[in-house]
Amino acid sequence: MTSPLLDVSELRTSFRTVGGSARAVDGISFTIAPEETVGLVGESGCGKSVTALSILRLIRPPGAIEPGSRITFESRDLLALPEAEMRAVRGARIAMVFQEPMTSLNPVLTVGAQVAEVVRVHAGASKAEAWRRAVETLAAVGFPDPAARALDHPHQLSGGLRQRVMIAMALVMRPALLIADEPTTALDVTTQAQILERLAALQAAMAMSVLLITHDLGIVAERAQRVIVMYAGQIVEEAPVRELFAAPHHPYTKALVAAVPRLGVRRERLETIPGQVPSADAWPTGCRFRERCPRAFDRCAVEPPLYRIGSGHRSRCHLDAPGGAA
Amino acid sequence: MRSWIRACERGDVMLFGWFVCLAAGALAVWAVHRGARGGSAGPWRRGLAHLASDRPAMAALFILAMLAALAILAPVVAPYLPNAQPDVVSGNNQPPSLDHLFGTDFASRDVFSRVLFGGRISLAVAALAVLLSTCLGTAYGAVAGFHGGRLDGVMMRVLDAALSIPRILLVMAVVAVARSITVPTLVLLLGVTGWFGTSRMVRAQVLSLREQDLTTAARALGARDREILWRHLLPNVASTVIVAATLSLGNVIILEAALSYLGIGIRPPTPSWGNIIQDGSSQLASAWWMALFPGLAIVITVLAINTLGDALRDALDPRTVDGT
Repeated sequence: MTSPLLDVSELRTSFRTVGGSARAVDGISFTIAPEETVGLVGESGCGKSVTALSILRLIRPPGAIEPGSRITFESRDLLALPEAEMRAVRGARIAMVFQEPMTSLNPVLTVGAQVAEVVRVHAGASKAEAWRRAVETLAAVGFPDPAARALDHPHQLSGGLRQRVMIAMALVMRPALLIADEPTTALDVTTQAQILERLAALQAAMAMSVLLITHDLGIVAERAQRVIVMYAGQIVEEAPVRELFAAPHHPYTKALVAAVPRLGVRRERLETIPGQVPSADAWPTGCRFRERCPRAFDRCAVEPPLYRIGSGHRSRCHLDAPGGAA
Repeated sequence: MRSWIRACERGDVMLFGWFVCLAAGALAVWAVHRGARGGSAGPWRRGLAHLASDRPAMAALFILAMLAALAILAPVVAPYLPNAQPDVVSGNNQPPSLDHLFGTDFASRDVFSRVLFGGRISLAVAALAVLLSTCLGTAYGAVAGFHGGRLDGVMMRVLDAALSIPRILLVMAVVAVARSITVPTLVLLLGVTGWFGTSRMVRAQVLSLREQDLTTAARALGARDREILWRHLLPNVASTVIVAATLSLGNVIILEAALSYLGIGIRPPTPSWGNIIQDGSSQLASAWWMALFPGLAIVITVLAINTLGDALRDALDPRTVDGT
């Protein structure tokens, strides 16, 4: 087995709050292989975005990554890198695309200049060279008439084009890993499909890995090879994509999959999961899904570990304990 | 020819002041020209196009350009040198006439010429002082806002302390300590006491920009703090700074006039709008023209500057420009 590109182990990220501390990410471990696409799904507030920002070491005070966490990327310990070396990783080896392109782009600079700046920061290229590569990358992400429209400002572009600019900024240095945090959530469905398709093509061409963060299981089913389901700061289930949809194990995953509306299936109401994600400053004891779980039983008062079910399939539920719990 | 040389004797600082005025004027004309052309417009050019369609603002710009031109060309336009006494014997306190458009003062000097030459000094001093205070204020505010935390707290409390002393008292205190005050010192003084407000505005904006996605996005792409501040945050603050600088230009002109009027600014016989008014104030009843015309010059200039500043604010405000 080849060594993974990214190896996250026991990552804990907490935020200091007025009453104490909130551990938004609580001991998650996963790997991403070269050229692999991993989907990271979960409801709002489950720690997906904090995980992404932690990998890039972009957690700002009052937040901090706790000691004992380990993030290895391209055989280097990211958490031990000096800030200057970390900067060389950001944008060049690991790049990130954010959910809301309007607020992530600079309103007073042309989009071409913003893409070119990434090249200048990392490659120290001349202005002309950086601009040439910016236009080239804009063309690659499907930006129409890039030579002329690179001179546009963000507010002159549609949401889809803005997100293409964000992707161009992320890909211009040909990173080994792209973290896409809800890249298409702000877009309509047709634009969503176009952009994801283009991204998949570029991923193959650049031999790049993608960590696709989303709450849209449809996108995950289509684009990811492996899925990680997060709940309340922890991984609750991890499985190859087919297996996850065909045979979800954790009750939370089951509920998520059941909540996806399907064509041709008549239902009176859409399935929902009762209750809300608990808040990070007061995770419940025992199994964190216990209070919302239809199958909770007395053992759930003890926090379950991640049980290994099959090859690459793990689940954090006592029902999946070896030998059977129920 | 001699008159030219003598008029330029006021030194390098003045020359630099004029350079600033000219550069600002040229920039304004160029910007408005480009803005008016429209086309593929960013927030900047959209703002300027908006400005170009604002009639009062354009009138104000025109008036300012005229005043600046008159002041710059004073050695050519003015019929007399500012301290010349063409008719010492019987030429004092003459009312306005064709020979002396604004009349003559108690020393039989031509008030029109003195107002033109005075404008040269008043405008140059104001422009330089504002340039200085804007740079100081932007730098201080940007550092405080971007760094945040404890440093920001300390820097802002220092600012609060400075703001609690009226500016004119601050300036007067310094003048009281220094024996005499030269033009460069006056520029320095007005500049160093004028940046507090700008600083606060810049700090507030940088503070909010720093928390926005665009900062995180820039950081995620490997930009260092310095680059984020220069390339991403300051351009977003530029419109605020320009508006603040324009409005403070009017304030500084008034402040300089006030100081000169009180006799602690520009020293006579060098004319400035403030000290010409001072010269005329004792004879307001008998020779009104001595104080009226420099006063009018101040009123018109400041009014034009404030009109322009307000229009700039409307035109460049990101909230009105960047709607979509």
